Amino acid sequence: MAKRVGMEVSVAISEMVKMADTDVIAAYPITPQTHIVEHLAELVADGELDAEYIPVESEHSAMSACLGSAAVGARTFTATAGQGLELMHEVLYVASSMRFPIVMTVVNRALSAPLSVWSDHSDVMACRDTGWIQIFAENGQEAVDNTLCAFRIAEDNDVLLPVMIHLDGFHVSHVIEPIIMPEQKIVDAFLPKNNFPLPLDPEKPVAMGDFGPPVIYTEAKWAQEVNLRKSKESVLKVWQEFGKSFNRHYKPVECYRCEDAETLLLTMGSYSETAMTAIDKIRGEGKKIGLVRIRLWRPFPFGDFRQAVKGKKTLIVLDRAISFGGPGGPVCSEVRSALYNQNNKPEIVSFVGGLGGRDITVADFEEIINNGIEIAKNGRDNEFEMYGVRE
Amino acid sequence: MTKKENELTWKDLEIGTIITEPGNASQYRTGDWRSQKPVHDFSRCIKCGLCMIYCPEACRFQSKEGYFEADMFYCKGCGICYRECPTMVITMEEE
Repeated sequence: MAKRVGMEVSVAISEMVKMADTDVIAAYPITPQTHIVEHLAELVADGELDAEYIPVESEHSAMSACLGSAAVGARTFTATAGQGLELMHEVLYVASSMRFPIVMTVVNRALSAPLSVWSDHSDVMACRDTGWIQIFAENGQEAVDNTLCAFRIAEDNDVLLPVMIHLDGFHVSHVIEPIIMPEQKIVDAFLPKNNFPLPLDPEKPVAMGDFGPPVIYTEAKWAQEVNLRKSKESVLKVWQEFGKSFNRHYKPVECYRCEDAETLLLTMGSYSETAMTAIDKIRGEGKKIGLVRIRLWRPFPFGDFRQAVKGKKTLIVLDRAISFGGPGGPVCSEVRSALYNQNNKPEIVSFVGGLGGRDITVADFEEIINNGIEIAKNGRDNEFEMYGVRE
Repeated sequence: MTKKENELTWKDLEIGTIITEPGNASQYRTGDWRSQKPVHDFSRCIKCGLCMIYCPEACRFQSKEGYFEADMFYCKGCGICYRECPTMVITMEEE
Protein backbone atom coordinates (compact mmCIF):
# COMPACT_ATOMS: atom_id res chain seq x y z
CA MET A 1 0.00 0.00 0.00
CA ALA A 2 1.10 3.50 -0.79
CA LYS A 3 1.85 5.43 2.36
CA ARG A 4 0.84 8.95 3.22
CA VAL A 5 3.87 10.60 4.77
CA GLY A 6 4.69 14.09 5.95
CA MET A 7 7.44 15.31 3.66
CA GLU A 8 8.87 18.53 2.40
CA VAL A 9 7.56 18.84 -1.15
CA SER A 10 11.04 19.43 -2.61
CA VAL A 11 12.27 16.21 -1.01
CA ALA A 12 9.21 14.32 -2.25
CA ILE A 13 9.88 15.50 -5.81
CA SER A 14 13.48 14.27 -5.55
CA GLU A 15 12.25 10.94 -4.22
CA MET A 16 9.95 10.65 -7.23
CA VAL A 17 12.84 11.44 -9.58
CA LYS A 18 14.67 8.60 -7.87
CA MET A 19 11.72 6.23 -8.25
CA ALA A 20 11.60 7.13 -11.95
CA ASP A 21 15.13 5.70 -12.18
CA THR A 22 16.56 8.86 -13.70
CA ASP A 23 19.91 8.39 -15.43
CA VAL A 24 21.31 11.91 -15.49
CA ILE A 25 20.75 15.02 -13.38
CA ALA A 26 22.54 18.21 -14.38
CA ALA A 27 21.61 21.10 -12.16
CA TYR A 28 22.76 24.28 -10.49
CA PRO A 29 21.31 25.16 -7.10
CA ILE A 30 19.18 28.28 -6.81
CA THR A 31 16.64 29.33 -4.20
CA PRO A 32 13.87 28.11 -3.91
CA GLN A 33 14.76 25.03 -5.99
CA THR A 34 17.82 24.16 -3.87
CA HIS A 35 16.35 21.41 -1.70
CA ILE A 36 15.36 19.38 -4.77
CA VAL A 37 18.86 19.22 -6.23
CA GLU A 38 20.53 18.95 -2.83
CA HIS A 39 18.47 15.90 -2.00
CA LEU A 40 19.12 14.36 -5.40
CA ALA A 41 22.86 14.93 -4.94
CA GLU A 42 22.58 13.08 -1.60
CA LEU A 43 20.63 10.21 -3.15
CA VAL A 44 23.29 9.78 -5.84
CA ALA A 45 26.20 10.18 -3.39
CA ASP A 46 24.64 7.64 -1.00
CA GLY A 47 24.23 5.14 -3.82
CA GLU A 48 20.45 5.14 -3.51
CA LEU A 49 20.05 6.38 -7.07
CA ASP A 50 22.32 5.03 -9.78
CA ALA A 51 22.59 8.20 -11.82
CA GLU A 52 25.18 10.61 -13.12
CA TYR A 53 24.94 13.84 -11.15
CA ILE A 54 26.63 16.64 -13.09
CA PRO A 55 27.35 19.70 -10.95
CA VAL A 56 27.61 22.50 -13.50
CA GLU A 57 28.80 26.10 -13.29
CA SER A 58 25.55 27.71 -14.41
CA GLU A 59 21.99 26.99 -15.51
CA HIS A 60 23.00 27.57 -19.11
CA SER A 61 25.43 24.69 -18.70
CA ALA A 62 22.84 22.63 -16.80
CA MET A 63 20.41 22.69 -19.70
CA SER A 64 23.25 22.20 -22.20
CA ALA A 65 24.41 19.11 -20.32
CA CYS A 66 20.81 17.89 -20.32
CA LEU A 67 20.77 18.16 -24.13
CA GLY A 68 23.78 15.88 -24.37
CA SER A 69 22.30 13.43 -21.93
CA ALA A 70 18.92 13.32 -23.68
CA ALA A 71 20.67 12.94 -27.04
CA VAL A 72 22.05 9.54 -26.06
CA GLY A 73 18.64 8.44 -24.79
CA ALA A 74 19.30 8.80 -21.07
CA ARG A 75 16.43 9.74 -18.76
CA THR A 76 17.26 13.34 -17.87
CA PHE A 77 16.12 15.65 -15.09
CA THR A 78 16.94 19.13 -13.95
CA ALA A 79 15.34 21.80 -11.80
CA THR A 80 15.65 25.54 -11.57
CA ALA A 81 13.93 28.77 -10.57
CA GLY A 82 13.68 32.45 -11.46
CA GLN A 83 16.98 33.88 -12.70
CA GLY A 84 18.24 30.35 -13.35
CA LEU A 85 15.40 29.69 -15.77
CA GLU A 86 16.18 32.93 -17.59
CA LEU A 87 19.86 32.06 -17.85
CA MET A 88 18.79 28.79 -19.50
CA HIS A 89 16.52 30.65 -21.86
CA GLU A 90 18.19 30.13 -25.24
CA VAL A 91 18.92 26.48 -24.49
CA LEU A 92 15.25 25.87 -23.64
CA TYR A 93 14.42 26.44 -27.31
CA VAL A 94 17.15 24.02 -28.36
CA ALA A 95 15.75 21.32 -26.07
CA SER A 96 12.23 21.58 -27.49
CA SER A 97 13.35 22.08 -31.10
CA MET A 98 15.59 19.03 -30.95
CA ARG A 99 12.69 17.17 -29.36
CA PHE A 100 14.58 16.03 -26.28
CA PRO A 101 12.38 14.54 -23.52
CA ILE A 102 13.95 16.42 -20.61
CA VAL A 103 11.93 16.86 -17.42
CA MET A 104 12.44 20.04 -15.43
CA THR A 105 10.89 21.20 -12.19
CA VAL A 106 10.56 24.96 -12.14
CA VAL A 107 10.09 26.34 -8.66
CA ASN A 108 8.50 29.62 -9.64
CA ARG A 109 10.32 32.70 -8.45
CA ALA A 110 10.13 36.42 -9.15
CA LEU A 111 12.78 38.08 -11.29
CA SER A 112 15.29 40.75 -10.22
CA ALA A 113 15.48 43.68 -9.65
CA PRO A 114 14.96 44.29 -6.82
CA LEU A 115 16.28 40.88 -5.93
CA SER A 116 13.49 38.60 -4.81
CA VAL A 117 13.75 34.94 -3.93
CA TRP A 118 9.99 34.77 -3.38
CA SER A 119 7.41 33.37 -5.67
CA ASP A 120 5.49 34.66 -8.63
CA HIS A 121 5.13 33.61 -12.27
CA SER A 122 7.44 36.13 -13.97
CA ASP A 123 10.02 33.43 -14.69
CA VAL A 124 7.52 31.09 -16.36
CA MET A 125 5.88 33.76 -18.45
CA ALA A 126 9.19 34.78 -19.99
CA CYS A 127 9.57 31.15 -21.09
CA ARG A 128 6.01 30.75 -22.27
CA ASP A 129 6.89 30.38 -25.94
CA THR A 130 9.90 28.09 -25.64
CA GLY A 131 8.02 25.07 -26.98
CA TRP A 132 7.98 23.08 -23.73
CA ILE A 133 4.95 21.29 -22.38
CA GLN A 134 4.11 23.19 -19.18
CA ILE A 135 2.03 21.95 -16.27
CA PHE A 136 1.15 24.00 -13.17
CA ALA A 137 0.89 22.17 -9.87
CA GLU A 138 -1.36 23.55 -7.18
CA ASN A 139 0.10 21.60 -4.27
CA GLY A 140 2.83 19.14 -3.37
CA GLN A 141 0.92 16.02 -4.34
CA GLU A 142 0.24 17.42 -7.79
CA ALA A 143 3.88 18.39 -8.19
CA VAL A 144 5.05 14.90 -7.22
CA ASP A 145 2.46 13.07 -9.33
CA ASN A 146 3.14 15.22 -12.35
CA THR A 147 6.88 14.70 -12.03
CA LEU A 148 6.22 11.03 -12.70
CA CYS A 149 3.69 11.81 -15.46
CA ALA A 150 6.15 14.26 -17.02
CA PHE A 151 8.70 11.52 -17.76
CA ARG A 152 6.08 9.40 -19.40
CA ILE A 153 4.63 12.29 -21.43
CA ALA A 154 8.04 13.59 -22.51
CA GLU A 155 9.39 10.20 -23.53
CA ASP A 156 6.23 9.06 -25.33
CA ASN A 157 7.47 8.56 -28.90
CA ASP A 158 4.37 10.39 -30.16
CA VAL A 159 5.46 13.41 -28.13
CA LEU A 160 9.23 13.66 -27.57
CA LEU A 161 9.17 17.10 -26.03
CA PRO A 162 10.60 18.50 -22.83
CA VAL A 163 8.20 19.09 -19.92
CA MET A 164 8.26 21.77 -17.21
CA ILE A 165 6.42 21.19 -13.97
CA HIS A 166 5.73 24.49 -12.27
CA LEU A 167 5.22 24.87 -8.54
CA ASP A 168 5.27 28.03 -6.49
CA GLY A 169 8.43 28.76 -4.57
CA PHE A 170 8.16 28.34 -0.77
CA HIS A 171 4.35 28.21 -0.76
CA VAL A 172 4.64 24.73 -2.27
CA SER A 173 8.33 23.83 -2.48
CA HIS A 174 9.21 24.31 1.20
CA VAL A 175 5.97 23.16 2.74
CA ILE A 176 5.78 19.89 4.64
CA GLU A 177 2.73 18.23 3.25
CA PRO A 178 1.17 14.80 3.65
CA ILE A 179 2.26 13.18 0.40
CA ILE A 180 1.22 9.81 -0.92
CA MET A 181 4.36 8.20 -2.28
CA PRO A 182 3.57 5.26 -4.54
CA GLU A 183 5.10 1.81 -4.37
CA GLN A 184 8.14 1.28 -6.57
CA LYS A 185 6.58 -1.61 -8.46
CA ILE A 186 3.57 0.50 -9.51
CA VAL A 187 5.90 3.27 -10.68
CA ASP A 188 7.91 0.71 -12.66
CA ALA A 189 4.76 -0.62 -14.28
CA PHE A 190 3.57 2.90 -15.10
CA LEU A 191 6.81 4.24 -16.54
CA PRO A 192 8.40 2.25 -19.38
CA LYS A 193 12.08 2.59 -20.26
CA ASN A 194 13.11 5.66 -22.20
CA ASN A 195 13.32 4.72 -25.85
CA PHE A 196 14.50 7.76 -27.79
CA PRO A 197 14.16 6.72 -31.43
CA LEU A 198 17.28 8.35 -32.92
CA PRO A 199 19.92 8.56 -30.19
CA LEU A 200 23.59 9.34 -30.72
CA ASP A 201 25.01 5.90 -31.40
CA PRO A 202 28.33 5.07 -33.08
CA GLU A 203 26.69 2.01 -34.64
CA LYS A 204 24.11 4.17 -36.36
CA PRO A 205 25.49 7.69 -36.68
CA VAL A 206 23.23 10.72 -36.94
CA ALA A 207 23.86 14.47 -36.93
CA MET A 208 21.94 16.65 -34.46
CA GLY A 209 21.47 20.38 -34.10
CA ASP A 210 22.54 21.19 -37.62
CA PHE A 211 22.25 24.29 -39.69
CA GLY A 212 18.71 24.83 -41.04
CA PRO A 213 18.69 27.06 -44.11
CA PRO A 214 15.58 29.10 -45.02
CA VAL A 215 14.39 26.27 -47.27
CA ILE A 216 13.98 23.96 -44.23
CA TYR A 217 13.42 26.19 -41.18
CA THR A 218 9.69 26.84 -41.72
CA GLU A 219 8.99 23.12 -42.11
CA ALA A 220 11.05 22.37 -38.98
CA LYS A 221 9.08 24.91 -36.91
CA TRP A 222 5.73 23.74 -38.22
CA ALA A 223 6.59 20.13 -37.40
CA GLN A 224 7.40 21.28 -33.86
CA GLU A 225 4.17 23.27 -33.53
CA VAL A 226 1.97 20.46 -34.84
CA ASN A 227 3.69 18.10 -32.45
CA LEU A 228 3.30 20.31 -29.39
CA ARG A 229 -0.41 20.83 -30.11
CA LYS A 230 -0.90 17.12 -30.67
CA SER A 231 0.93 16.29 -27.44
CA LYS A 232 -2.26 17.21 -25.57
CA GLU A 233 -3.71 13.83 -26.55
CA SER A 234 -0.77 12.09 -24.92
CA VAL A 235 -0.96 14.29 -21.84
CA LEU A 236 -4.62 13.31 -21.45
CA LYS A 237 -3.83 9.65 -22.03
CA VAL A 238 -1.04 9.67 -19.43
CA TRP A 239 -3.26 11.43 -16.87
CA GLN A 240 -6.02 8.93 -17.55
CA GLU A 241 -3.69 5.99 -17.00
CA PHE A 242 -2.20 7.69 -13.97
CA GLY A 243 -5.74 7.92 -12.60
CA LYS A 244 -6.23 4.19 -13.13
CA SER A 245 -2.94 3.26 -11.46
CA PHE A 246 -2.91 5.78 -8.62
CA ASN A 247 -6.52 6.89 -8.25
CA ARG A 248 -5.73 10.59 -8.48
CA HIS A 249 -7.17 12.35 -11.49
CA TYR A 250 -5.83 15.30 -13.42
CA LYS A 251 -7.22 17.31 -16.30
CA PRO A 252 -6.10 20.38 -18.27
CA VAL A 253 -8.61 22.78 -16.71
CA GLU A 254 -10.07 22.35 -13.23
CA CYS A 255 -13.44 23.84 -12.32
CA TYR A 256 -14.55 24.43 -8.74
CA ARG A 257 -18.22 25.23 -8.08
CA CYS A 258 -18.60 26.43 -11.66
CA GLU A 259 -21.85 24.75 -12.71
CA ASP A 260 -24.34 27.47 -11.81
CA ALA A 261 -21.76 30.24 -11.40
CA GLU A 262 -22.25 33.64 -13.03
CA THR A 263 -18.79 34.90 -12.17
CA LEU A 264 -15.59 32.89 -12.45
CA LEU A 265 -12.21 33.58 -10.97
CA LEU A 266 -9.21 32.21 -12.88
CA THR A 267 -5.91 31.33 -11.22
CA MET A 268 -2.85 29.14 -11.79
CA GLY A 269 -0.68 27.49 -9.17
CA SER A 270 -0.86 27.41 -5.39
CA TYR A 271 -3.00 30.51 -4.80
CA SER A 272 -5.88 28.50 -6.22
CA GLU A 273 -6.18 26.76 -2.84
CA THR A 274 -6.79 30.05 -1.03
CA ALA A 275 -9.08 31.06 -3.87
CA MET A 276 -11.26 27.99 -3.26
CA THR A 277 -11.67 28.96 0.40
CA ALA A 278 -12.66 32.45 -0.73
CA ILE A 279 -15.16 30.99 -3.22
CA ASP A 280 -16.75 28.92 -0.44
CA LYS A 281 -17.05 32.00 1.74
CA ILE A 282 -18.61 34.13 -1.00
CA ARG A 283 -20.93 31.29 -1.98
CA GLY A 284 -22.08 31.35 1.62
CA GLU A 285 -23.19 34.92 1.05
CA GLY A 286 -25.34 33.75 -1.85
CA LYS A 287 -23.18 34.97 -4.74
CA LYS A 288 -22.86 32.58 -7.67
CA ILE A 289 -19.13 32.31 -8.07
CA GLY A 290 -16.72 29.58 -9.12
CA LEU A 291 -13.03 29.02 -9.78
CA VAL A 292 -11.32 27.95 -12.98
CA ARG A 293 -7.75 26.77 -12.70
CA ILE A 294 -5.52 26.14 -15.69
CA ARG A 295 -3.25 23.18 -15.06
CA LEU A 296 -1.98 22.58 -18.60
CA TRP A 297 -0.46 25.87 -19.69
CA ARG A 298 1.22 24.54 -22.84
CA PRO A 299 -0.18 23.29 -25.11
CA PHE A 300 -2.98 25.70 -24.13
CA PRO A 301 -6.23 23.74 -23.69
CA PHE A 302 -8.42 25.98 -25.84
CA GLY A 303 -11.41 23.58 -26.00
CA ASP A 304 -11.51 22.77 -22.29
CA PHE A 305 -11.05 26.40 -21.33
CA ARG A 306 -13.78 27.71 -23.66
CA GLN A 307 -16.13 25.04 -22.40
CA ALA A 308 -15.37 25.96 -18.78
CA VAL A 309 -16.27 29.64 -19.18
CA LYS A 310 -19.07 29.30 -21.72
CA GLY A 311 -22.17 31.31 -20.87
CA LYS A 312 -20.63 32.93 -17.77
CA LYS A 313 -21.15 36.64 -17.15
CA THR A 314 -17.80 37.65 -15.76
CA LEU A 315 -14.30 36.18 -15.77
CA ILE A 316 -11.81 37.65 -13.32
CA VAL A 317 -8.23 36.67 -14.03
CA LEU A 318 -5.47 36.91 -11.44
CA ASP A 319 -1.98 36.99 -12.93
CA ARG A 320 1.15 36.65 -10.84
CA ALA A 321 3.31 38.29 -13.47
CA ILE A 322 3.26 41.53 -15.38
CA SER A 323 3.75 42.11 -19.08
CA PHE A 324 5.37 45.52 -18.89
CA GLY A 325 3.85 48.15 -21.13
CA GLY A 326 1.54 45.53 -22.57
CA PRO A 327 -1.80 44.05 -21.68
CA GLY A 328 -0.93 43.62 -17.98
CA GLY A 329 -1.33 39.97 -17.09
CA PRO A 330 0.06 37.44 -19.57
CA VAL A 331 -2.50 34.78 -18.63
CA CYS A 332 -5.37 37.22 -19.00
CA SER A 333 -4.02 38.31 -22.36
CA GLU A 334 -4.04 34.70 -23.60
CA VAL A 335 -7.46 34.04 -22.17
CA ARG A 336 -8.82 37.14 -23.87
CA SER A 337 -7.50 36.08 -27.25
CA ALA A 338 -8.77 32.52 -26.71
CA LEU A 339 -12.27 33.96 -26.28
CA TYR A 340 -12.14 36.86 -28.74
CA ASN A 341 -13.94 35.09 -31.59
CA GLN A 342 -16.37 33.23 -29.34
CA ASN A 343 -20.04 34.01 -29.00
CA ASN A 344 -21.54 34.36 -25.58
CA LYS A 345 -18.23 35.15 -23.88
CA PRO A 346 -17.86 36.63 -20.41
CA GLU A 347 -16.73 40.14 -19.60
CA ILE A 348 -13.05 39.76 -18.70
CA VAL A 349 -11.34 41.66 -15.90
CA SER A 350 -7.58 41.48 -15.39
CA PHE A 351 -5.84 41.71 -12.03
CA VAL A 352 -2.12 41.46 -11.40
CA GLY A 353 -1.08 40.62 -7.86
CA GLY A 354 0.82 38.28 -5.60
CA LEU A 355 4.12 39.51 -7.04
CA GLY A 356 7.43 38.59 -5.43
CA GLY A 357 5.82 36.38 -2.80
CA ARG A 358 3.17 38.79 -1.54
CA ASP A 359 0.34 36.82 -0.02
CA ILE A 360 -3.14 36.93 -1.43
CA THR A 361 -5.39 36.01 1.43
CA VAL A 362 -9.02 34.94 1.46
CA ALA A 363 -9.96 38.57 2.23
CA ASP A 364 -7.86 39.73 -0.72
CA PHE A 365 -9.62 37.30 -3.03
CA GLU A 366 -12.97 38.55 -1.76
CA GLU A 367 -11.91 42.09 -2.61
CA ILE A 368 -10.63 41.04 -6.04
CA ILE A 369 -13.87 39.24 -6.81
CA ASN A 370 -16.12 42.04 -5.59
CA ASN A 371 -14.06 44.71 -7.41
CA GLY A 372 -13.95 42.52 -10.51
CA ILE A 373 -17.73 42.23 -10.61
CA GLU A 374 -18.08 46.02 -10.22
CA ILE A 375 -15.51 46.70 -12.96
CA ALA A 376 -17.23 44.26 -15.30
CA LYS A 377 -20.50 46.08 -14.70
CA ASN A 378 -19.25 49.67 -14.91
CA GLY A 379 -16.36 49.36 -17.34
CA ARG A 380 -12.86 50.72 -16.84
CA ASP A 381 -10.27 52.93 -18.45
CA ASN A 382 -7.14 50.89 -17.77
CA GLU A 383 -5.88 47.56 -19.18
CA PHE A 384 -5.61 45.89 -15.78
CA GLU A 385 -5.80 46.41 -12.03
CA MET A 386 -2.59 46.24 -9.99
CA TYR A 387 -3.98 44.60 -6.88
CA GLY A 388 -2.80 45.74 -3.46
CA VAL A 389 -0.33 48.39 -4.61
CA ARG A 390 0.06 51.21 -2.05
CA GLU A 391 -0.72 54.56 -3.59
CA MET B 1 17.46 11.35 -49.18
CA THR B 2 15.27 10.80 -52.18
CA LYS B 3 13.78 14.30 -52.19
CA LYS B 4 15.65 17.53 -52.75
CA GLU B 5 15.59 19.89 -49.77
CA ASN B 6 13.14 22.27 -51.45
CA GLU B 7 10.72 19.37 -51.96
CA LEU B 8 10.75 18.20 -48.34
CA THR B 9 7.50 18.76 -46.45
CA TRP B 10 7.36 19.12 -42.66
CA LYS B 11 6.25 15.51 -42.47
CA ASP B 12 9.40 14.34 -44.24
CA LEU B 13 11.72 15.74 -41.58
CA GLU B 14 13.08 13.47 -38.89
CA ILE B 15 12.21 14.45 -35.30
CA GLY B 16 14.20 17.52 -34.27
CA THR B 17 15.51 17.73 -37.87
CA ILE B 18 18.01 15.03 -36.99
CA ILE B 19 20.07 14.12 -40.05
CA THR B 20 20.30 10.39 -40.69
CA GLU B 21 21.94 10.50 -44.09
CA PRO B 22 25.52 11.76 -44.20
CA GLY B 23 26.71 14.38 -46.65
CA ASN B 24 23.50 16.25 -47.31
CA ALA B 25 25.26 19.57 -46.79
CA SER B 26 26.52 19.05 -50.36
CA GLN B 27 23.00 19.99 -51.50
CA TYR B 28 23.38 23.44 -50.04
CA ARG B 29 23.93 25.95 -52.84
CA THR B 30 26.39 28.38 -51.26
CA GLY B 31 26.75 29.82 -54.79
CA ASP B 32 23.51 31.67 -53.98
CA TRP B 33 25.42 34.00 -51.69
CA ARG B 34 27.66 35.32 -54.48
CA SER B 35 27.63 38.93 -55.56
CA GLN B 36 30.99 38.76 -57.39
CA LYS B 37 32.40 35.86 -59.39
CA PRO B 38 35.97 34.84 -60.14
CA VAL B 39 37.01 35.19 -63.80
CA HIS B 40 40.18 33.45 -64.94
CA ASP B 41 42.98 34.18 -67.39
CA PHE B 42 44.61 30.74 -67.30
CA SER B 43 47.41 31.89 -69.71
CA ARG B 44 49.14 33.24 -66.56
CA CYS B 45 48.40 30.15 -64.42
CA ILE B 46 51.36 28.17 -63.03
CA LYS B 47 49.04 25.43 -61.63
CA CYS B 48 50.37 25.94 -58.09
CA GLY B 49 46.97 25.08 -56.55
CA LEU B 50 47.07 27.84 -53.90
CA CYS B 51 43.56 28.89 -54.92
CA MET B 52 42.35 25.35 -54.20
CA ILE B 53 44.12 25.26 -50.83
CA TYR B 54 42.77 28.61 -49.69
CA CYS B 55 39.21 28.17 -50.96
CA PRO B 56 36.99 28.01 -47.83
CA GLU B 57 34.24 26.17 -49.72
CA ALA B 58 36.67 23.62 -51.23
CA CYS B 59 34.96 24.36 -54.51
CA ARG B 60 38.10 24.36 -56.69
CA PHE B 61 38.73 21.27 -58.82
CA GLN B 62 41.51 20.50 -61.30
CA SER B 63 40.45 20.27 -64.94
CA LYS B 64 41.92 17.88 -67.53
CA GLU B 65 44.33 20.64 -68.56
CA GLY B 66 45.51 20.93 -64.95
CA TYR B 67 43.94 24.33 -64.23
CA PHE B 68 41.99 24.89 -61.02
CA GLU B 69 38.44 25.90 -61.83
CA ALA B 70 35.67 26.97 -59.47
CA ASP B 71 32.45 24.98 -59.06
CA MET B 72 29.94 27.80 -59.25
CA PHE B 73 27.27 25.77 -57.35
CA TYR B 74 29.40 26.28 -54.23
CA CYS B 75 31.61 29.34 -54.98
CA LYS B 76 30.31 32.15 -52.74
CA GLY B 77 32.47 34.80 -54.39
CA CYS B 78 34.55 35.57 -51.31
CA GLY B 79 37.57 36.55 -53.43
CA ILE B 80 40.18 34.78 -51.31
CA CYS B 81 41.50 33.00 -54.45
CA TYR B 82 41.80 36.38 -56.17
CA ARG B 83 43.74 37.74 -53.17
CA GLU B 84 46.09 34.74 -52.91
CA CYS B 85 46.82 33.88 -56.57
CA PRO B 86 50.57 34.70 -57.04
CA THR B 87 50.28 35.30 -60.80
CA MET B 88 47.02 37.25 -60.77
CA VAL B 89 45.08 34.79 -62.89
CA ILE B 90 41.83 35.73 -61.16
CA THR B 91 39.80 38.90 -61.30
CA MET B 92 36.48 39.42 -59.54
CA GLU B 93 33.55 40.65 -61.60
CA GLU B 94 30.02 41.63 -60.60
CA GLU B 95 27.47 38.88 -61.14
